[in-house]
Amino acid sequence: MPTLRNKHLMGLEHIDSDDIQLFIDTGFTFREVLDRPIKKVPSLTGKNIVNFFFENSTRTRISFELAEKRLSADVTNFSATLSSLNKGEGLKDTIQNIHAMKIDCIVMRHPSPGSCLQLSNYVDSIIINAGDGMHEHPTQALLDMMSLQEKFGRLKGVKIAILGDIIHSRVALSNIFGLNKMGAEVMLCGPPHLIPRNIEEMGVKINTDIDEVIEWADAINVLRIQRERMGLGIIPSIREYRNYFGITQERLANHKKEIVIMHPGPINRGVEIDSSIADGEQAIILDQVLNGVAVRMSILYLLLGTEEEMST
Amino acid sequence: MISTIKGSILLENGSIYDPCKNKKIKGSVLLNNGIVKEVGKCSPPKNVKRVNCQGKIVAPGLIDIHAHFREPGREDKETLVTGATAAFSGGFTRVCIMPNTNPPLDTPESIRFIVEKSADLPIHIFPIGAITRRQAGLEITEIGEMVQAGAVAISDDGVPVQNGQVMRYAVEYAQRFNIPVINHAEDIYLLNDGVMNESALSTQLGLPGNPDIAESVMVYRDLEIAEFTNGRIHIPHVSSSRSVNLIRQYKNKGVQITAEVTPHHIGLLETKLTQYDTNAKVAPPLRSEKDREALIDGLIDGTIDCIATDHAPHTIEDKEMDFIHSPCGMIGLESAFGLAHTVLIEAGATTEQVIGWMTDGAARVMGWELTPLGIGSPAEISIIDPLEEWEFTKDHIQSRSKNSPMIGMIFKGRVVSTISGKYVFGKHLD
Repeated sequence: MPTLRNKHLMGLEHIDSDDIQLFIDTGFTFREVLDRPIKKVPSLTGKNIVNFFFENSTRTRISFELAEKRLSADVTNFSATLSSLNKGEGLKDTIQNIHAMKIDCIVMRHPSPGSCLQLSNYVDSIIINAGDGMHEHPTQALLDMMSLQEKFGRLKGVKIAILGDIIHSRVALSNIFGLNKMGAEVMLCGPPHLIPRNIEEMGVKINTDIDEVIEWADAINVLRIQRERMGLGIIPSIREYRNYFGITQERLANHKKEIVIMHPGPINRGVEIDSSIADGEQAIILDQVLNGVAVRMSILYLLLGTEEEMST
Repeated sequence: MISTIKGSILLENGSIYDPCKNKKIKGSVLLNNGIVKEVGKCSPPKNVKRVNCQGKIVAPGLIDIHAHFREPGREDKETLVTGATAAFSGGFTRVCIMPNTNPPLDTPESIRFIVEKSADLPIHIFPIGAITRRQAGLEITEIGEMVQAGAVAISDDGVPVQNGQVMRYAVEYAQRFNIPVINHAEDIYLLNDGVMNESALSTQLGLPGNPDIAESVMVYRDLEIAEFTNGRIHIPHVSSSRSVNLIRQYKNKGVQITAEVTPHHIGLLETKLTQYDTNAKVAPPLRSEKDREALIDGLIDGTIDCIATDHAPHTIEDKEMDFIHSPCGMIGLESAFGLAHTVLIEAGATTEQVIGWMTDGAARVMGWELTPLGIGSPAEISIIDPLEEWEFTKDHIQSRSKNSPMIGMIFKGRVVSTISGKYVFGKHLD
């Protein structure tokens, strides 16, 4: 079995391109498993995984849970947003308590950037970051890259635009780290005050004119615009956002070119993207969802698997 | 640890440095029961205890005009007693403490509480009163009554006085009592819940950025208020190049303004946060190399008047929280001289200058006239070895809290002993 250089998956910043490619390629192997009538393999039999979610999540949590169960791992879910965990209450205590029960792997989503790294100081389990605040969401970026590779057959040289509220987006940051390493070209688009200063230092281009970006890009990853940010003086209105940054039917119709549309979900239909586009032929949004399960199986398998052959 | 000396003690063969006159002499200092008896050539009694200060500098006790001792309210973080011990071990004989306790020091009664509780401590503690009631930024406090009770300045440190009109009232009114107004200079709107310096690094770490303009915009407002009112404003913990440039401009115009810098802002960089070390989370935040250099230049050219620690103790639990929720602040009294001296010597300053910024410079901000080693007055002395190289470890910490990102750093230069009246600290005198 091929081996990874890192014990954990905290983010893509510190993962090299060989490992990223391995995650993706193994993801395609598991895609085949998902096409079978019985979608389950015994690879992680006897492994204990806890999904710690300190922030709301439906899609990512279910995707992880399915991936874990299809690898035959034993799964426990812990969702703290519903419990009595107060702001800032000892993450360490909660985690150490559960860890004392002997856990092989912790999948964690937490609102604070760096929380997975801090966690690794307290426990010796394998840690997978399912989103840490505005920092990283590596499994999302891996499924995005897997979907791009599926579509284009490669990542090198592919032109990817990331559109929306970049500054608050862990999806954007992980994609930037990952796509840069894989040799793709990245351009950011969105309201200028929602693009971090100095981000060009990370080797990306910026263009705030969506029509120019559409002309340039092979694919656009459309980020969700948090409705909470509307009307707080940050985004003036839905109508204005749509006008300047929305992926609308009319806008795409004006550009006579093929372009792949991606979205990490959940979609605000009619805000950042029109329903007809999200459900249309250019969109690979549901492929992303399926690849999400496959790439998470790949990640879990590569981080937790033993020397035995993968039983496929 | 702290001990007391009785009888006569002779600090001999050292170089005695007076930062107020910038005068250095070879000679001895004779103390009797903690009182300065003779300086220079001494005629000690027969039973005198002799302390060889060869190679050391006998300087005034260091002065810190910015520390948080957490009493009353958070005695689990620090008390007047533990804070005083931490200060004394770091060479300090005078410390001004900030009023953001619980409840805040915003009345003459609370100022009196501090004065009375610290009367018997080995060092002198000077309370700073709040600018506004409950530090809420709205109504000014009984500044006159607080000054009469012993307050030496006013500040809402920890939170800025965001309302410019309240700040103007405070500065104009405080002139009547001749004390500085110390405003924590950060515009809370530009700060925008930032937890580290806004930079390429904050983007990569996914941490909300606190831009340098959050500080400089507020500094600019205060400089304008100082010029307009001719009042006394002191700018604490200056952290950015932009602020240094503004302060320099206004000082050159002759505006009455003073400023301080912390050892950590001249000694550490934002890169200290790459592993999300909450002990390096501080407000204002650690910034870039460009800022660090500007702060040092500011000290050297006189734009910045002094060094102050912003000693801010927090419990282990507080610092083990996630990065967003963990409170800002680091302790600094024990490491202050070592860190500042190491960094500033490297930048071309002299040991004497460093001593000046930590004694005379600080005293001038407060409007105090120092008479180092005044015959007949209680001793306030720090004995400094400018060459000793030492690793700063947890064992050097006397504070009740241990939140220092300096642990493990190697310093050059150290206060080996401190004397305050009959109290002494340090191996050198044992």
